[in-house]
Amino acid sequence: MRVERIRNLVGGIIAIVVTGIVFLVPFIFILLTAMKPREEANLLEFALPQTFVLFENIAEVLQVRDYTVVRAFINSSILTVLSVSVMVVLAAMVGWTLQRRKSRWNGLINMLVLAGLIIPPAVVPTIYVMKGLGIFATLPGLILIEIAFGLSFCVLLFRAFAATVPKEIDEAAILDGAGPIRLFFQVAFPLLRSVIITVIVVQSVAVFNDFAAPLYFAPGGDNVTVQLSLYNFQSQYFTSYNLLFTDILLITIPPLIMYIFFNKQIVSGLTSGAVKG
Amino acid sequence: MTTIEKSRKKESALRRPRDLTRGAYPGWFYLPAGVIYGVLFLLPTVVSFYFGFTRWNLSSAEFIGFDNFVTFFTQERLNRGFINTLIFGALTSVAKVALGLLLAVVLTSGIFARGYLRAVIFFPVLVSTIGVGVTFKILLDPFDGLVNQGLALIGITGPGWLTDPNLAIYSIAFVDIWKGVGLAALIYIAGIVAIPSDYFEAARVDGSNAWTNFWNITLPLVRPATITVVILSLIGGLRSFDLIWTMTSGGPGFASDTIASVIYKQYAAGYYGLSTAGNVILFVLVTVLVLPIYLFLNRKSKEL
Repeated sequence: MRVERIRNLVGGIIAIVVTGIVFLVPFIFILLTAMKPREEANLLEFALPQTFVLFENIAEVLQVRDYTVVRAFINSSILTVLSVSVMVVLAAMVGWTLQRRKSRWNGLINMLVLAGLIIPPAVVPTIYVMKGLGIFATLPGLILIEIAFGLSFCVLLFRAFAATVPKEIDEAAILDGAGPIRLFFQVAFPLLRSVIITVIVVQSVAVFNDFAAPLYFAPGGDNVTVQLSLYNFQSQYFTSYNLLFTDILLITIPPLIMYIFFNKQIVSGLTSGAVKG
Repeated sequence: MTTIEKSRKKESALRRPRDLTRGAYPGWFYLPAGVIYGVLFLLPTVVSFYFGFTRWNLSSAEFIGFDNFVTFFTQERLNRGFINTLIFGALTSVAKVALGLLLAVVLTSGIFARGYLRAVIFFPVLVSTIGVGVTFKILLDPFDGLVNQGLALIGITGPGWLTDPNLAIYSIAFVDIWKGVGLAALIYIAGIVAIPSDYFEAARVDGSNAWTNFWNITLPLVRPATITVVILSLIGGLRSFDLIWTMTSGGPGFASDTIASVIYKQYAAGYYGLSTAGNVILFVLVTVLVLPIYLFLNRKSKEL
C-alpha cells in the first residue's frame, strides 16, 4: 500500500513536469511576451520581462487600426449571443419533438441531423445562396450560418436528454389542458435546463472561436470577428510580437472564463458519446 | 373502399387516447430549424453536385463534365492536397486514440494531482485554433523559435518545422494532436469510469496484473469511447482548415495543402467550379470514411 502511494506521488510529479513543458510552456510564453516591450518581446526568449508593460500593450492593441479589435469583440459578442440563443431554442424544439413524436419521418430527420455533423459545408454554393438572399457579408447572414452549422450537435444532445424526462410529466400537463407551445416552453424547457446550459457553454466557445465561417461568409472590415482580426493582425504586426501575443491573450480570456465557471457542463457536453454512443 | 375507410375510422377512434398526446408534439416544431438548415446547409450541399461539374462565375455556369475532377486529380499542386488530407486525418486520429487512451489510463489511476493534470491537458481544446496556430508558428520558427532554442540547449539542431516541405504537414498535425488530445483523453476517462469496478475486482481475485487488466477489461469495454474519438478526429482532421491556413497557408509552395485549403485557394482565385468540385470530393471522402464507422456504432449500441 505504501509502495503504491509513493509510486503515485512520483508518477504525479513526473506527469506534472512533462505536461508542464508540453502544455503550459506555450501559454506561459504567450503571457510573458504580452508583458514585454517590443524590443524585448522580439527576442522571443522564455524569460521574465525586465520592463512590465502588459497594460500599455493592451491599450495599444485595442487602438490599433482605428479600434478594430474593439469592434471585433463587439461583433463576436453579438454573433455569439444571438446565434447561440436561437440555436438552443430551435434545436431543443427539434430534439424534443424527435424523441417524443414517433412518425415515419424520424429516420429521415435523424439522417439529416447526422449529415449536418459530418458533411463539410460547400463554400461557394453557400455564398451563392447567401448572395441570392442578400445576406452575404452581413452580420445577420453570419448569425444564420452559425445557427445552421451548429444545429445538429445541439439536436443530438437535446434528443438524448429528452429521453430521460418521463413521459408521465407530459401526460399530466396535457390532461391539465396545456397546448403544445405551453407544454414545450413551460414544462419541457425547464426540465431540459442542465442540457441547455451545456449546449450554451459548448456552442458559445465554438462560435466565438470559429474562424472559417467568418472568413468565407462575412468578409469586409465592418463584420470582422475576433478570430479574423487576430489572423489579419499576424500578417501586419509580425514585427511586434508583444502586440500579437497581447491580442492572443485577450482572445483566450473568454474561453478561459467559461472553462473556470462551467468546467462540468463542458466536459459532460463533449463526452456525451463516450459511454453509450 | 368504404369498408376500408370505415375500419380506418374505427381504428383511429380506438386510438384516440394515444392521439391526444400525439397532438402535443406538432410537426411544425421542426419548421424554423428546418428552414434555416435547409436553405443555408442542405441546399448549397445539393447544388454543389451540379456546380462541381461546371465552369462557374456565380452568374452563369457552363457544364463541362468531369473536367474539374480530372484537373483536381492530375495536377500535382491539387492532388497533393488530397494525399495530405488522408495523411493528416489518419495521423491525427491514430495519435489521439493512442495518446488519449494512455493519458486516460494514467489519469484514472491513483496518480497524484489528477484534477490539475486533467485541467492542464484539456485547456488547449477550448483555446481558439487561430491563437494556437499563431503561437506555434512562432514557437516553431527555425532560428528564433522556442522549440529549436530548447533543442539547441541539448546540442540538437532543430529542423525548419514549417519551412521544410517534407515536414510541414507533420508539424501541423503535431500541433493539431497537441490541441485535441485533451478531448480524446476526456472521452476515454468517461468511458473508463463507466466500467463497473466488479470486473477489476473479479480479475484481481483471478490474479491479474495492470497489463492484463488493461488488455482484457479496459480496452474491449472502452470501445464506444474509441469509436467516438475516431469519428470526431476523422471529421475534424479531414476537414481541417483553420490550423493549416494560419500556420503555413498550405505552404511552402503547396506542400502542406489539404482539400479544405485547396477549396479556399481556388475560391479566392475565382475558380468557383473547381473549388466546388473540391467540396464534392471532400464530401465523398468524409462520408465514405466516417459513415460506416458511425452506422456500425449505432447498430452495436442498439444490440446492447
